[in-house]
Amino acid sequence: MNGDPTDRRRQVAVLAASPLAPIPSGARRLAVNGTVHSVRLPPDTPLLYVLRDELHLHGPRFGCGLGQCGACTVLLDGTAVRSCTLPVSAVGDLPVTTLEGLGTPDRPHAVQQAFIEEQAVQCGYCINGWIMTTVSLLAKTPNPSDPQIRSALSGLICRCGAHMRIFRAVRRAAQQRS
Amino acid sequence: MRMRRPWALSRRRFLKTSGAIVVAFAMPPAVLGSHPDAAGAAPARNASADPAQLDSWLAIAGNGSVTVLTGKVELGMGVSTAFAQIVAEELDVPVRAVSVVMGDTARTPDQGGVGGSTSISIGAKPVRQAAAEARRVLLDLASARLGAPAAQLSVRDGVVRRVDDPTRTASYGELIGGRHFDVALTAGGGSYTLGVTGSARPKSPDQYTIVGTSVPRIDIPDKATGRFTYVVDVRVPGMVHGRVIRPPVPGATLLRAEDAPGVPGLIKVVTRGNFAGVVAETEWGAIQAARTLTLKWSITTATWPAMADLYAAMWAMPARTRRVMAQVGDVDGALASAGRTIQARYEWPFQAHAMMGPGCAVAEVRDRGATVWSSTQHPHQLQRGIAELLGFPADAVHVIWVEGAGSYGRSGAEDVAGDAALLSQAVGRPVRVQWMRADDTAWDPKGPPVVMAVRAGLDERGTIVAWDYLARAFSGSGIPPSPATAGNLLAGQLTGRSAAGVDVPTTVQENYAFAAKRKVGEIVPWPQDGSPLRTSNLRAPSQPATTFGGESFVDEIAAAVGVDPLEFRLRYLRNPRDLAVVRAAAQRAGWTSRPSPQSGISRSGLATGRGIAYAPRGNTLVATVAEVEVNQATGQVHVTRLVIAHDCGLIINPDGLLGTIEANAVQSTSRSLKEEVHWGPSGVTSVDWVTYPILRAPEIPDHIEVVLINRPDLPPFGAGEPASVTTAPAIANAIFDATGARLRTVPFTPARVKTALQHRA
Repeated sequence: MNGDPTDRRRQVAVLAASPLAPIPSGARRLAVNGTVHSVRLPPDTPLLYVLRDELHLHGPRFGCGLGQCGACTVLLDGTAVRSCTLPVSAVGDLPVTTLEGLGTPDRPHAVQQAFIEEQAVQCGYCINGWIMTTVSLLAKTPNPSDPQIRSALSGLICRCGAHMRIFRAVRRAAQQRS
Repeated sequence: MRMRRPWALSRRRFLKTSGAIVVAFAMPPAVLGSHPDAAGAAPARNASADPAQLDSWLAIAGNGSVTVLTGKVELGMGVSTAFAQIVAEELDVPVRAVSVVMGDTARTPDQGGVGGSTSISIGAKPVRQAAAEARRVLLDLASARLGAPAAQLSVRDGVVRRVDDPTRTASYGELIGGRHFDVALTAGGGSYTLGVTGSARPKSPDQYTIVGTSVPRIDIPDKATGRFTYVVDVRVPGMVHGRVIRPPVPGATLLRAEDAPGVPGLIKVVTRGNFAGVVAETEWGAIQAARTLTLKWSITTATWPAMADLYAAMWAMPARTRRVMAQVGDVDGALASAGRTIQARYEWPFQAHAMMGPGCAVAEVRDRGATVWSSTQHPHQLQRGIAELLGFPADAVHVIWVEGAGSYGRSGAEDVAGDAALLSQAVGRPVRVQWMRADDTAWDPKGPPVVMAVRAGLDERGTIVAWDYLARAFSGSGIPPSPATAGNLLAGQLTGRSAAGVDVPTTVQENYAFAAKRKVGEIVPWPQDGSPLRTSNLRAPSQPATTFGGESFVDEIAAAVGVDPLEFRLRYLRNPRDLAVVRAAAQRAGWTSRPSPQSGISRSGLATGRGIAYAPRGNTLVATVAEVEVNQATGQVHVTRLVIAHDCGLIINPDGLLGTIEANAVQSTSRSLKEEVHWGPSGVTSVDWVTYPILRAPEIPDHIEVVLINRPDLPPFGAGEPASVTTAPAIANAIFDATGARLRTVPFTPARVKTALQHRA
């Protein structure tokens, strides 16, 4: 990756660079992970199903469809949001980043790397939400205290109970950034 | 080393790397389609791999990479990594050279599935034997090629060398790559107990260099970067989306269905008996159709007992089965002559698996066969259940396991596969079904409630002379965990079939040397078919409940005789492993000897205390010390620290084990403090994470410390479940120590704690 993939200026630049790309009728533009896509699902479709079923991204996952668990979290213009309750029409030109957009197994993002090093996963179905929310947290609060970490992650669910390692991974990621 | 899923490779590469034994079903559905014959492979013959053939367990490719095939599956605890370690150890190859194929009815031996924390203790045995056998064969081949007896050969990283001339080598890839071993093994047992024997002897633990080390889990890099394929990510050509609509209450008959108006892409409203679903071109379309569909049902009010009356009803019902599970000495005589008797009752609620990702499956039903992608714990059993549901012979159904969201027992993973199968059969296309949150939380099979009554007789010195333990639960056809029959699938029940099973009562596991002891399990009937409160296995089935009863009661006796709860337990333990695990937990926790409750308790404000509990689960032993803070104004309990000592015999992967135990401790803390399925006349009202709350980040224990006791002299025992059984009694005992209030009903909600505080002595 060239620089921070969640960097807004870079993503907006990507979007701005492709205004002339022809958009088929009934389709809309969606900037995801630095690429502008033309997507066709109806405008009231939650972003989650566009990302999963049309763009075939696996990072955001369906957990509740109610905004209660965070498994579907993506970054919208750098801020963690729940894609299961966000209509794709509400995204507009804002850049979307998914777990795949952060990094790869060979070149993981610092937060992904910290989760791998701490082995902070049981089944891992929820881990997207914890990683994306941590990226959002550390962007605003680079050195969170333990209570700040727990509070910032309180909107997420992990059914397996991998929390202790997740907290360690967040602390590790914060230390590596500072 | 990595997890290899059936579609993770091109067919060409698969043939090249793993020989001819695993040809027919290797195609990735998204690439080659899921029709076995679509890729020009052999016609579907879905009989399981013959366990008496070495080739059914293991293949070595020309580049030396090793593929292991097992009927066991990964539930998110790292078992696939442990299997890779075990095979790498026996074969003397790097762990990264090993790939693990799991739970495919057309490719892997039938090992029953996963349950009872037995994947390593039983399930890995034939895998280990097969790997040892393969090494023996490879050394024989190398002996011929290198002109030296096997005893004068050494192996390192999959390369065989002459000890006297290390320049003369033969790699595993050169010796067997892409070809069959054609070596027969002797298979014994079956299903869960399937084992094989051969002429090779596996290594002894003192030779291990890979087993026993903290190899990083093979799946985590892909999971942390969104590259991993869960069952929810399976896509096959032509696939459409389904959703289900459940009856309002059990026993309701579907009278009429009216089409969902104006939903774009709706393909079909499917009804069959009381089963109802929709199929649409898109996932969002299916969701909208399910929401707007109007169904008319015969009744909308349930006749089950009121939630508040459940435990009284369980005691009032005549037992269908009563079994004396253990009997030592003359319990009735000792109770009659005891100077003092103590008794108490304990209650454990319905709890949900509540998988993080609601149940999901993809089914492609054809004229004469079907392929099902499922996160089932029991692929080979599900094959039979789906076949019966669809009216096919078993070998016409191919079940391909793909990892799901957690599992924790017989969750809804199998039921949703039945849903997908019925919907695919109805529309003649591959259908992916993912349940909505309420379909899972409200309608997954439930961990059953248990009520317990325990009595003890004490002599004048406060010694236990009799112990009489009774547990009542729903079981037998009330616990139909096996998906091997259509009637054990919800879709089968809604289309007129009934659950089947055998009565297996539950009881407490402990190794206390009481002079007289009786343990009785009873089963009371409970309506199951087509009910959201049908019961099944939930992690360490019923043992968190029975240990809650037993270990709370031991604590109550210790308090009654004014003895430190740790010291009291040690008086009755004889087995050195039991003593060691209890002492290890106490030592790490810094336990100080004193009776509970602690003296000088203030009856207001924040109270702190500690409690201990111990239990065997099978051959694994666990002791937990809990430290709690109780807000006596609100009744809120916060666990500040858990210390867990854990002896599961030989440890395969210490870090993987630590992760599993920590997570198990968190999940069981959640079950102890928060989890209870609610219902009313209109159905189950626990439908999401607000109405079925579990522990969230601020409520997680502040500290969890684990003491691993490694026993290289013993075989590996199970670790997936045991750490979940001691948490609730350790917390209850800590609350008692802090406040003098005894909690006898799980979960320890603020309301329940406040009531107990009001009633304390």
